[in-house]
Amino acid sequence: MTTPTEHRAPVQDATAATDEPTATSGSRTTRVLGIILFPVLALWAYLAFVGSPADVNQGEVVRLLYVHVPIVVLAYTACFISAIASGVWLWKRTQWWDLVAASAAEIGTVMVAATLVVGSIYGRPTWGVYWTWDARLTATAMLMLLLLGYLAVRRIPASTEVRGRRSAIVALLFVPNIIVVNQSVTWWRSLHQDPTLFRLNLSPEIEGLMFFTLVYSFAAGLLFFAWLLVHRFRVAYLQDQVDALGLDLALEERREEGWDDGWTTGGAPS
Amino acid sequence: MWCCVLRDAWLMAGKDLRLEWRSRVAINQIAPLALLFLVLFAFGLDPDRGILVRATPGLYWVAVLFCGLLAIQRSFALESADGNRDALRMSGLDPAGIFLGKFAGIAAQLLVLEALLVAGVVILYSARLDGFGLLALTCVVATSAIAAAGTLYGVLAAGLRVRETLLPLLLLPVLAPVLLGSTRAFEAALGGTTTDGWPWVGLIAIFALVYLGVGIAAFGSLMEET
Repeated sequence: MTTPTEHRAPVQDATAATDEPTATSGSRTTRVLGIILFPVLALWAYLAFVGSPADVNQGEVVRLLYVHVPIVVLAYTACFISAIASGVWLWKRTQWWDLVAASAAEIGTVMVAATLVVGSIYGRPTWGVYWTWDARLTATAMLMLLLLGYLAVRRIPASTEVRGRRSAIVALLFVPNIIVVNQSVTWWRSLHQDPTLFRLNLSPEIEGLMFFTLVYSFAAGLLFFAWLLVHRFRVAYLQDQVDALGLDLALEERREEGWDDGWTTGGAPS
Repeated sequence: MWCCVLRDAWLMAGKDLRLEWRSRVAINQIAPLALLFLVLFAFGLDPDRGILVRATPGLYWVAVLFCGLLAIQRSFALESADGNRDALRMSGLDPAGIFLGKFAGIAAQLLVLEALLVAGVVILYSARLDGFGLLALTCVVATSAIAAAGTLYGVLAAGLRVRETLLPLLLLPVLAPVLLGSTRAFEAALGGTTTDGWPWVGLIAIFALVYLGVGIAAFGSLMEET
Protein backbone atom coordinates (compact mmCIF):
# COMPACT_ATOMS: atom_id res chain seq x y z
CA MET A 1 0.00 0.00 0.00
CA THR A 2 1.22 3.48 -0.82
CA THR A 3 1.59 6.13 1.82
CA PRO A 4 0.01 9.57 1.53
CA THR A 5 3.40 11.18 1.19
CA GLU A 6 3.97 9.16 -1.95
CA HIS A 7 0.70 10.47 -3.29
CA ARG A 8 1.64 14.01 -2.47
CA ALA A 9 5.07 13.86 -3.96
CA PRO A 10 4.17 14.45 -7.65
CA VAL A 11 1.86 17.34 -6.69
CA GLN A 12 4.61 19.10 -4.82
CA ASP A 13 6.97 18.59 -7.74
CA ALA A 14 4.44 20.01 -10.16
CA THR A 15 3.78 23.02 -7.90
CA ALA A 16 7.48 23.64 -7.68
CA ALA A 17 7.75 23.42 -11.48
CA THR A 18 5.18 26.18 -12.00
CA ASP A 19 7.16 28.52 -9.76
CA GLU A 20 10.14 28.26 -12.04
CA PRO A 21 10.55 30.87 -14.76
CA THR A 22 10.14 28.09 -17.41
CA ALA A 23 6.38 28.26 -16.95
CA THR A 24 6.01 30.99 -19.58
CA SER A 25 5.42 30.66 -23.29
CA GLY A 26 8.57 32.64 -24.09
CA SER A 27 12.17 31.53 -24.39
CA ARG A 28 15.38 33.10 -25.61
CA THR A 29 14.80 31.85 -29.16
CA THR A 30 11.25 33.13 -29.41
CA ARG A 31 12.23 36.48 -27.91
CA VAL A 32 14.94 36.87 -30.55
CA LEU A 33 12.47 35.78 -33.21
CA GLY A 34 9.92 38.26 -31.89
CA ILE A 35 12.43 41.11 -31.97
CA ILE A 36 13.48 40.17 -35.52
CA LEU A 37 9.80 40.21 -36.50
CA PHE A 38 9.46 43.93 -35.73
CA PRO A 39 11.67 45.22 -38.58
CA VAL A 40 10.52 42.37 -40.85
CA LEU A 41 6.85 43.27 -40.47
CA ALA A 42 7.64 47.00 -40.64
CA LEU A 43 9.40 46.47 -43.98
CA TRP A 44 6.44 44.40 -45.14
CA ALA A 45 4.03 47.20 -44.21
CA TYR A 46 6.23 49.75 -45.98
CA LEU A 47 6.55 47.67 -49.15
CA ALA A 48 2.88 46.72 -49.22
CA PHE A 49 1.33 50.11 -48.51
CA VAL A 50 3.95 52.64 -49.68
CA GLY A 51 6.89 51.15 -51.53
CA SER A 52 5.29 49.02 -54.22
CA PRO A 53 3.67 50.65 -57.26
CA ALA A 54 -0.08 50.86 -57.77
CA ASP A 55 -1.62 48.39 -60.19
CA VAL A 56 -2.62 49.39 -63.74
CA ASN A 57 -6.10 47.91 -63.40
CA GLN A 58 -6.80 47.80 -59.68
CA GLY A 59 -5.00 51.00 -58.62
CA GLU A 60 -4.23 51.39 -54.93
CA VAL A 61 -6.58 48.57 -54.03
CA VAL A 62 -3.95 46.05 -55.18
CA ARG A 63 -2.12 46.67 -51.88
CA LEU A 64 -4.66 44.45 -50.19
CA LEU A 65 -3.21 41.60 -52.25
CA TYR A 66 -0.09 41.66 -50.05
CA VAL A 67 -2.29 41.16 -47.01
CA HIS A 68 -4.88 38.80 -48.42
CA VAL A 69 -2.68 36.27 -50.23
CA PRO A 70 -0.15 35.67 -47.40
CA ILE A 71 -3.00 35.19 -44.93
CA VAL A 72 -4.58 32.60 -47.22
CA VAL A 73 -1.27 30.78 -47.58
CA LEU A 74 -0.85 30.80 -43.79
CA ALA A 75 -4.36 29.45 -43.36
CA TYR A 76 -3.60 26.57 -45.75
CA THR A 77 -0.25 25.93 -44.07
CA ALA A 78 -1.87 25.87 -40.63
CA CYS A 79 -4.56 23.43 -41.76
CA PHE A 80 -2.02 21.17 -43.45
CA ILE A 81 0.23 21.17 -40.38
CA SER A 82 -2.79 20.36 -38.24
CA ALA A 83 -3.84 17.49 -40.51
CA ILE A 84 -0.31 16.08 -40.76
CA ALA A 85 0.26 16.38 -36.99
CA SER A 86 -3.05 14.61 -36.42
CA GLY A 87 -2.03 11.80 -38.76
CA VAL A 88 1.29 11.43 -36.94
CA TRP A 89 -0.53 11.51 -33.60
CA LEU A 90 -2.66 8.55 -34.65
CA TRP A 91 0.58 6.71 -35.31
CA LYS A 92 2.85 7.87 -32.45
CA ARG A 93 0.26 8.86 -29.82
CA THR A 94 2.39 11.45 -28.08
CA GLN A 95 1.08 14.63 -26.51
CA TRP A 96 3.45 16.75 -28.61
CA TRP A 97 1.74 15.98 -31.91
CA ASP A 98 -1.73 16.43 -30.44
CA LEU A 99 -0.86 19.89 -29.17
CA VAL A 100 0.82 20.88 -32.43
CA ALA A 101 -2.35 19.87 -34.30
CA ALA A 102 -4.55 21.83 -31.90
CA SER A 103 -2.34 24.94 -31.94
CA ALA A 104 -2.07 24.95 -35.73
CA ALA A 105 -5.82 24.47 -36.11
CA GLU A 106 -6.55 27.35 -33.79
CA ILE A 107 -4.21 29.69 -35.66
CA GLY A 108 -5.70 28.34 -38.90
CA THR A 109 -9.19 29.29 -37.72
CA VAL A 110 -8.08 32.85 -37.04
CA MET A 111 -6.32 33.02 -40.41
CA VAL A 112 -9.33 31.67 -42.31
CA ALA A 113 -11.55 34.21 -40.53
CA ALA A 114 -9.07 36.95 -41.46
CA THR A 115 -9.07 35.63 -45.04
CA LEU A 116 -12.82 36.01 -45.23
CA VAL A 117 -12.78 39.49 -43.68
CA VAL A 118 -9.90 40.87 -45.77
CA GLY A 119 -11.31 39.12 -48.84
CA SER A 120 -14.65 40.85 -48.32
CA ILE A 121 -12.95 44.22 -47.97
CA TYR A 122 -10.91 43.45 -51.09
CA GLY A 123 -14.00 42.24 -52.95
CA ARG A 124 -16.02 45.40 -52.43
CA PRO A 125 -13.90 47.73 -54.62
CA THR A 126 -12.87 45.07 -57.16
CA TRP A 127 -16.12 43.13 -57.67
CA GLY A 128 -18.60 45.62 -56.21
CA VAL A 129 -19.86 43.24 -53.52
CA TYR A 130 -18.63 42.11 -50.11
CA TRP A 131 -19.81 38.57 -50.55
CA THR A 132 -20.86 36.44 -53.46
CA TRP A 133 -21.80 32.77 -53.66
CA ASP A 134 -18.68 32.01 -55.54
CA ALA A 135 -17.13 28.54 -55.38
CA ARG A 136 -13.94 29.59 -53.65
CA LEU A 137 -15.64 31.87 -51.14
CA THR A 138 -18.20 29.24 -50.27
CA ALA A 139 -15.55 26.53 -49.95
CA THR A 140 -13.47 28.81 -47.68
CA ALA A 141 -16.50 29.49 -45.50
CA MET A 142 -17.02 25.73 -45.25
CA LEU A 143 -13.39 25.26 -44.22
CA MET A 144 -14.03 27.83 -41.48
CA LEU A 145 -17.03 25.85 -40.24
CA LEU A 146 -15.00 22.64 -40.32
CA LEU A 147 -12.34 24.30 -38.17
CA LEU A 148 -14.98 25.58 -35.74
CA GLY A 149 -16.25 22.01 -35.51
CA TYR A 150 -12.72 20.85 -34.71
CA LEU A 151 -12.41 23.42 -31.93
CA ALA A 152 -15.83 22.38 -30.58
CA VAL A 153 -14.69 18.74 -30.49
CA ARG A 154 -11.57 19.72 -28.60
CA ARG A 155 -13.59 21.58 -26.00
CA ILE A 156 -15.69 18.53 -25.08
CA PRO A 157 -14.51 17.35 -21.67
CA ALA A 158 -12.59 14.10 -22.09
CA SER A 159 -9.26 12.55 -21.25
CA THR A 160 -6.36 13.76 -23.38
CA GLU A 161 -6.23 10.39 -25.15
CA VAL A 162 -9.91 10.46 -26.13
CA ARG A 163 -9.76 14.13 -27.04
CA GLY A 164 -6.73 13.52 -29.22
CA ARG A 165 -8.35 10.60 -31.02
CA ARG A 166 -11.58 12.44 -31.77
CA SER A 167 -9.96 15.64 -32.92
CA ALA A 168 -7.31 13.86 -35.00
CA ILE A 169 -9.97 12.19 -37.10
CA VAL A 170 -11.83 15.47 -37.61
CA ALA A 171 -8.57 17.17 -38.60
CA LEU A 172 -7.69 14.51 -41.18
CA LEU A 173 -10.70 15.64 -43.20
CA PHE A 174 -9.25 19.15 -43.56
CA VAL A 175 -7.09 17.90 -46.40
CA PRO A 176 -9.78 17.07 -49.00
CA ASN A 177 -11.49 20.35 -48.12
CA ILE A 178 -8.35 22.45 -48.64
CA ILE A 179 -7.82 20.78 -52.00
CA VAL A 180 -11.37 21.71 -52.99
CA VAL A 181 -10.87 25.31 -51.83
CA ASN A 182 -7.59 25.58 -53.67
CA GLN A 183 -8.78 24.00 -56.90
CA SER A 184 -12.23 25.60 -56.91
CA VAL A 185 -11.04 28.53 -59.04
CA THR A 186 -9.92 26.10 -61.73
CA TRP A 187 -12.81 23.66 -61.43
CA TRP A 188 -15.64 26.19 -61.49
CA ARG A 189 -15.80 29.27 -63.65
CA SER A 190 -15.86 31.80 -60.88
CA LEU A 191 -15.58 35.48 -60.10
CA HIS A 192 -12.42 34.99 -58.04
CA GLN A 193 -9.28 35.57 -60.02
CA ASP A 194 -7.06 32.73 -61.20
CA PRO A 195 -3.81 31.89 -59.42
CA THR A 196 -1.36 34.77 -59.70
CA LEU A 197 1.91 33.13 -58.75
CA PHE A 198 1.70 29.37 -58.74
CA ARG A 199 1.06 28.48 -62.34
CA LEU A 200 2.09 25.33 -64.09
CA ASN A 201 4.10 27.21 -66.72
CA LEU A 202 5.99 29.06 -63.96
CA SER A 203 5.54 32.50 -65.49
CA PRO A 204 3.96 34.68 -62.83
CA GLU A 205 1.46 37.33 -63.85
CA ILE A 206 3.20 40.12 -61.99
CA GLU A 207 6.83 41.15 -61.91
CA GLY A 208 9.37 43.58 -60.51
CA LEU A 209 8.78 45.17 -57.13
CA MET A 210 5.21 43.89 -56.95
CA PHE A 211 6.45 40.34 -57.36
CA PHE A 212 9.15 40.85 -54.75
CA THR A 213 6.66 42.39 -52.30
CA LEU A 214 4.33 39.43 -52.66
CA VAL A 215 7.09 36.84 -52.18
CA TYR A 216 8.51 38.85 -49.27
CA SER A 217 5.10 39.00 -47.63
CA PHE A 218 4.91 35.18 -47.78
CA ALA A 219 8.28 34.90 -46.04
CA ALA A 220 7.38 37.47 -43.38
CA GLY A 221 4.03 35.80 -42.86
CA LEU A 222 5.58 32.36 -42.39
CA LEU A 223 8.04 33.73 -39.85
CA PHE A 224 5.17 35.36 -37.96
CA PHE A 225 3.23 32.10 -38.13
CA ALA A 226 6.16 30.14 -36.70
CA TRP A 227 6.35 32.57 -33.79
CA LEU A 228 2.61 32.30 -33.14
CA LEU A 229 2.68 28.51 -33.37
CA VAL A 230 5.51 28.12 -30.87
CA HIS A 231 3.75 30.34 -28.37
CA ARG A 232 0.34 28.75 -28.85
CA PHE A 233 1.90 25.33 -28.48
CA ARG A 234 3.56 26.27 -25.20
CA VAL A 235 0.35 27.79 -23.86
CA ALA A 236 -1.51 24.59 -24.77
CA TYR A 237 1.17 22.51 -23.07
CA LEU A 238 1.02 24.59 -19.90
CA GLN A 239 -2.77 24.42 -19.99
CA ASP A 240 -2.63 20.61 -20.04
CA GLN A 241 -0.13 20.71 -17.17
CA VAL A 242 -2.49 22.94 -15.17
CA ASP A 243 -5.41 20.63 -15.89
CA ALA A 244 -3.43 17.63 -14.69
CA LEU A 245 -2.30 19.60 -11.65
CA GLY A 246 -5.90 20.57 -10.86
CA LEU A 247 -6.90 16.93 -11.03
CA ASP A 248 -4.05 15.92 -8.72
CA LEU A 249 -4.99 18.65 -6.25
CA ALA A 250 -8.66 17.64 -6.31
CA LEU A 251 -7.67 14.02 -5.64
CA GLU A 252 -5.42 15.17 -2.86
CA GLU A 253 -8.20 17.24 -1.25
CA ARG A 254 -10.57 14.29 -1.37
CA ARG A 255 -7.96 12.14 0.32
CA GLU A 256 -7.42 14.76 3.01
CA GLU A 257 -11.18 14.86 3.63
CA GLY A 258 -11.18 11.11 3.89
CA TRP A 259 -8.47 11.12 6.50
CA ASP A 260 -10.10 13.94 8.46
CA ASP A 261 -13.31 11.95 8.61
CA GLY A 262 -11.64 9.32 10.74
CA TRP A 263 -10.62 7.16 7.84
CA THR A 264 -7.43 6.58 9.77
CA THR A 265 -9.19 4.05 12.01
CA GLY A 266 -8.87 1.63 9.12
CA GLY A 267 -5.16 1.55 9.73
CA ALA A 268 -4.11 4.06 7.10
CA PRO A 269 -1.16 6.20 8.27
CA SER A 270 -2.15 9.77 9.18
CA MET B 1 -9.84 -11.50 -43.56
CA TRP B 2 -12.01 -9.48 -45.93
CA CYS B 3 -14.65 -12.18 -46.08
CA CYS B 4 -15.01 -11.92 -42.27
CA VAL B 5 -15.28 -8.14 -42.50
CA LEU B 6 -17.96 -8.41 -45.16
CA ARG B 7 -19.81 -11.08 -43.18
CA ASP B 8 -19.76 -8.84 -40.09
CA ALA B 9 -20.95 -5.93 -42.21
CA TRP B 10 -23.76 -8.06 -43.55
CA LEU B 11 -24.81 -9.07 -40.02
CA MET B 12 -24.69 -5.49 -38.81
CA ALA B 13 -26.62 -4.06 -41.75
CA GLY B 14 -29.17 -6.85 -41.48
CA LYS B 15 -29.65 -6.13 -37.78
CA ASP B 16 -30.10 -2.39 -38.35
CA LEU B 17 -32.51 -2.83 -41.22
CA ARG B 18 -34.53 -5.44 -39.31
CA LEU B 19 -34.79 -3.02 -36.39
CA GLU B 20 -35.92 -0.27 -38.75
CA TRP B 21 -38.42 -2.57 -40.42
CA ARG B 22 -39.95 -3.59 -37.09
CA SER B 23 -39.95 -0.15 -35.45
CA ARG B 24 -40.93 1.62 -38.68
CA VAL B 25 -39.41 4.90 -37.46
CA ALA B 26 -37.87 5.65 -40.85
CA ILE B 27 -41.07 4.96 -42.74
CA ASN B 28 -43.49 6.52 -40.30
CA GLN B 29 -41.48 9.59 -39.29
CA ILE B 30 -38.46 10.35 -41.47
CA ALA B 31 -40.15 9.76 -44.84
CA PRO B 32 -43.16 11.99 -44.07
CA LEU B 33 -40.71 14.61 -42.84
CA ALA B 34 -38.91 14.49 -46.19
CA LEU B 35 -42.17 15.16 -48.01
CA LEU B 36 -42.94 17.89 -45.48
CA PHE B 37 -39.64 19.56 -46.43
CA LEU B 38 -40.76 19.62 -50.07
CA VAL B 39 -44.05 21.26 -49.12
CA LEU B 40 -42.33 23.77 -46.82
CA PHE B 41 -39.87 24.75 -49.55
CA ALA B 42 -42.83 25.37 -51.82
CA PHE B 43 -44.47 27.57 -49.18
CA GLY B 44 -41.25 29.44 -48.54
CA LEU B 45 -40.28 30.06 -52.15
CA ASP B 46 -42.85 30.42 -54.83
CA PRO B 47 -46.08 28.51 -55.16
CA ASP B 48 -46.07 29.64 -58.78
CA ARG B 49 -43.42 26.95 -59.47
CA GLY B 50 -41.12 29.30 -61.37
CA ILE B 51 -38.37 29.26 -58.74
CA LEU B 52 -39.19 25.75 -57.58
CA VAL B 53 -38.46 24.21 -60.97
CA ARG B 54 -35.09 25.96 -61.18
CA ALA B 55 -34.18 25.18 -57.57
CA THR B 56 -35.36 21.55 -57.61
CA PRO B 57 -31.87 19.93 -57.55
CA GLY B 58 -30.66 22.01 -54.62
CA LEU B 59 -33.85 21.63 -52.61
CA TYR B 60 -33.85 17.90 -53.27
CA TRP B 61 -30.35 17.42 -51.88
CA VAL B 62 -30.87 19.74 -48.92
CA ALA B 63 -33.90 17.65 -48.00
CA VAL B 64 -31.84 14.47 -48.37
CA LEU B 65 -29.08 15.90 -46.14
CA PHE B 66 -31.48 16.90 -43.36
CA CYS B 67 -33.26 13.57 -43.42
CA GLY B 68 -29.87 11.84 -43.59
CA LEU B 69 -28.87 13.60 -40.36
CA LEU B 70 -31.94 12.16 -38.67
CA ALA B 71 -31.28 8.67 -40.02
CA ILE B 72 -27.68 8.80 -38.80
CA GLN B 73 -28.66 10.03 -35.36
CA ARG B 74 -31.29 7.33 -35.14
CA SER B 75 -28.81 4.67 -36.22
CA PHE B 76 -26.43 5.58 -33.39
CA ALA B 77 -29.15 6.22 -30.82
CA LEU B 78 -29.93 2.52 -31.21
CA GLU B 79 -26.39 1.64 -30.19
CA SER B 80 -26.12 4.03 -27.24
CA ALA B 81 -29.10 2.62 -25.32
CA ASP B 82 -28.65 -0.09 -22.69
CA GLY B 83 -24.88 -0.24 -23.02
CA ASN B 84 -25.13 -1.58 -26.56
CA ARG B 85 -21.90 0.14 -27.39
CA ASP B 86 -19.97 -2.03 -24.94
CA ALA B 87 -21.86 -5.09 -26.14
CA LEU B 88 -20.88 -4.29 -29.69
CA ARG B 89 -17.26 -3.89 -28.68
CA MET B 90 -17.29 -7.21 -26.86
CA SER B 91 -19.05 -9.01 -29.68
CA GLY B 92 -15.85 -9.77 -31.53
CA LEU B 93 -17.12 -8.26 -34.76
CA ASP B 94 -14.45 -6.56 -36.83
CA PRO B 95 -14.64 -2.74 -36.35
CA ALA B 96 -14.31 -2.25 -40.10
CA GLY B 97 -17.20 -4.67 -40.51
CA ILE B 98 -19.30 -2.72 -38.01
CA PHE B 99 -18.50 0.49 -39.86
CA LEU B 100 -19.43 -0.99 -43.23
CA GLY B 101 -22.60 -2.53 -41.78
CA LYS B 102 -23.74 0.74 -40.22
CA PHE B 103 -22.83 2.49 -43.46
CA ALA B 104 -24.82 0.03 -45.56
CA GLY B 105 -27.84 0.26 -43.25
CA ILE B 106 -27.92 4.06 -43.41
CA ALA B 107 -27.25 4.06 -47.16
CA ALA B 108 -30.10 1.61 -47.82
CA GLN B 109 -32.55 3.77 -45.85
CA LEU B 110 -31.36 6.91 -47.63
CA LEU B 111 -31.77 5.30 -51.05
CA VAL B 112 -35.39 4.43 -50.28
CA LEU B 113 -35.91 7.98 -49.04
CA GLU B 114 -34.35 9.40 -52.21
CA ALA B 115 -36.63 7.32 -54.42
CA LEU B 116 -39.56 8.71 -52.48
CA LEU B 117 -38.25 12.26 -52.82
CA VAL B 118 -37.78 11.81 -56.58
CA ALA B 119 -41.43 10.87 -56.80
CA GLY B 120 -42.17 13.93 -54.65
CA VAL B 121 -40.33 16.41 -56.87
CA VAL B 122 -41.84 14.88 -60.00
CA ILE B 123 -45.36 15.30 -58.64
CA LEU B 124 -45.02 18.51 -56.61
CA TYR B 125 -42.35 20.46 -58.53
CA SER B 126 -43.15 19.04 -62.01
CA ALA B 127 -39.55 17.92 -62.52
CA ARG B 128 -38.96 15.86 -65.65
CA LEU B 129 -36.73 12.82 -65.32
CA ASP B 130 -34.36 13.14 -68.27
CA GLY B 131 -30.96 11.52 -67.98
CA PHE B 132 -32.19 8.79 -65.66
CA GLY B 133 -28.85 6.95 -65.59
CA LEU B 134 -27.04 10.04 -64.34
CA LEU B 135 -29.72 10.66 -61.72
CA ALA B 136 -29.53 7.10 -60.42
CA LEU B 137 -25.74 7.01 -60.31
CA THR B 138 -25.56 10.42 -58.61
CA CYS B 139 -27.96 9.13 -55.98
CA VAL B 140 -25.87 6.02 -55.33
CA VAL B 141 -22.52 7.83 -55.15
CA ALA B 142 -23.76 10.81 -53.11
CA THR B 143 -25.59 8.49 -50.72
CA SER B 144 -22.35 6.55 -50.19
CA ALA B 145 -20.53 9.78 -49.34
CA ILE B 146 -23.27 10.97 -46.95
CA ALA B 147 -23.58 7.60 -45.23
CA ALA B 148 -19.79 7.11 -44.92
CA ALA B 149 -19.11 10.55 -43.43
CA GLY B 150 -22.26 10.21 -41.32
CA THR B 151 -21.21 6.87 -39.87
CA LEU B 152 -17.74 8.20 -39.08
CA TYR B 153 -19.03 11.30 -37.28
CA GLY B 154 -22.04 9.49 -35.88
CA VAL B 155 -19.86 7.21 -33.79
CA LEU B 156 -17.68 10.14 -32.79
CA ALA B 157 -20.66 12.12 -31.48
CA ALA B 158 -22.60 9.12 -30.12
CA GLY B 159 -22.50 8.83 -26.36
CA LEU B 160 -21.76 12.52 -25.85
CA ARG B 161 -24.26 14.72 -24.12
CA VAL B 162 -23.94 17.28 -26.90
CA ARG B 163 -24.46 14.79 -29.74
CA GLU B 164 -27.62 16.34 -31.22
CA THR B 165 -25.93 19.70 -31.68
CA LEU B 166 -22.42 18.49 -32.44
CA LEU B 167 -23.25 16.07 -35.26
CA PRO B 168 -24.75 18.65 -37.66
CA LEU B 169 -21.90 21.09 -36.96
CA LEU B 170 -19.31 18.45 -37.79
CA LEU B 171 -21.10 16.70 -40.61
CA LEU B 172 -22.64 19.43 -42.74
CA PRO B 173 -19.39 21.29 -43.59
CA VAL B 174 -17.79 18.00 -44.59
CA LEU B 175 -20.77 17.16 -46.78
CA ALA B 176 -20.95 20.60 -48.40
CA PRO B 177 -18.81 19.56 -51.40
CA VAL B 178 -21.07 16.51 -51.84
CA LEU B 179 -24.14 18.75 -51.79
CA LEU B 180 -22.53 20.99 -54.38
CA GLY B 181 -21.51 18.12 -56.66
CA SER B 182 -24.77 16.23 -56.49
CA THR B 183 -26.77 19.41 -57.07
CA ARG B 184 -24.75 20.22 -60.16
CA ALA B 185 -25.06 16.66 -61.46
CA PHE B 186 -28.84 16.78 -60.95
CA GLU B 187 -29.01 20.16 -62.69
CA ALA B 188 -27.20 18.66 -65.66
CA ALA B 189 -29.46 15.61 -65.71
CA LEU B 190 -32.69 17.59 -65.40
CA GLY B 191 -31.47 20.20 -67.86
CA GLY B 192 -30.79 17.53 -70.46
CA THR B 193 -27.01 18.09 -70.66
CA THR B 194 -25.86 14.84 -69.06
CA THR B 195 -22.25 15.15 -70.27
CA ASP B 196 -21.76 18.09 -67.88
CA GLY B 197 -22.84 15.94 -64.97
CA TRP B 198 -20.34 13.08 -65.09
CA PRO B 199 -17.27 14.97 -63.77
CA TRP B 200 -19.33 15.90 -60.71
CA VAL B 201 -20.21 12.28 -60.11
CA GLY B 202 -16.49 11.54 -60.25
CA LEU B 203 -15.75 14.26 -57.70
CA ILE B 204 -18.38 12.93 -55.28
CA ALA B 205 -17.01 9.42 -55.79
CA ILE B 206 -13.55 10.62 -54.68
CA PHE B 207 -15.07 12.11 -51.52
CA ALA B 208 -17.05 8.93 -50.87
CA LEU B 209 -13.88 6.83 -51.17
CA VAL B 210 -11.92 9.16 -48.85
CA TYR B 211 -14.65 9.01 -46.18
CA LEU B 212 -14.98 5.24 -46.55
CA GLY B 213 -11.22 4.79 -46.26
CA VAL B 214 -10.92 7.00 -43.17
CA GLY B 215 -13.94 5.26 -41.66
CA ILE B 216 -12.60 1.74 -42.19
CA ALA B 217 -9.24 2.74 -40.74
CA ALA B 218 -10.45 4.85 -37.80
CA PHE B 219 -13.72 3.27 -36.68
CA GLY B 220 -12.07 0.79 -34.34
CA SER B 221 -10.24 3.44 -32.33
CA LEU B 222 -13.32 5.69 -32.20
CA MET B 223 -15.39 2.83 -30.78
CA GLU B 224 -12.90 2.11 -28.03
CA GLU B 225 -13.47 5.36 -26.18
CA THR B 226 -16.11 5.77 -23.53
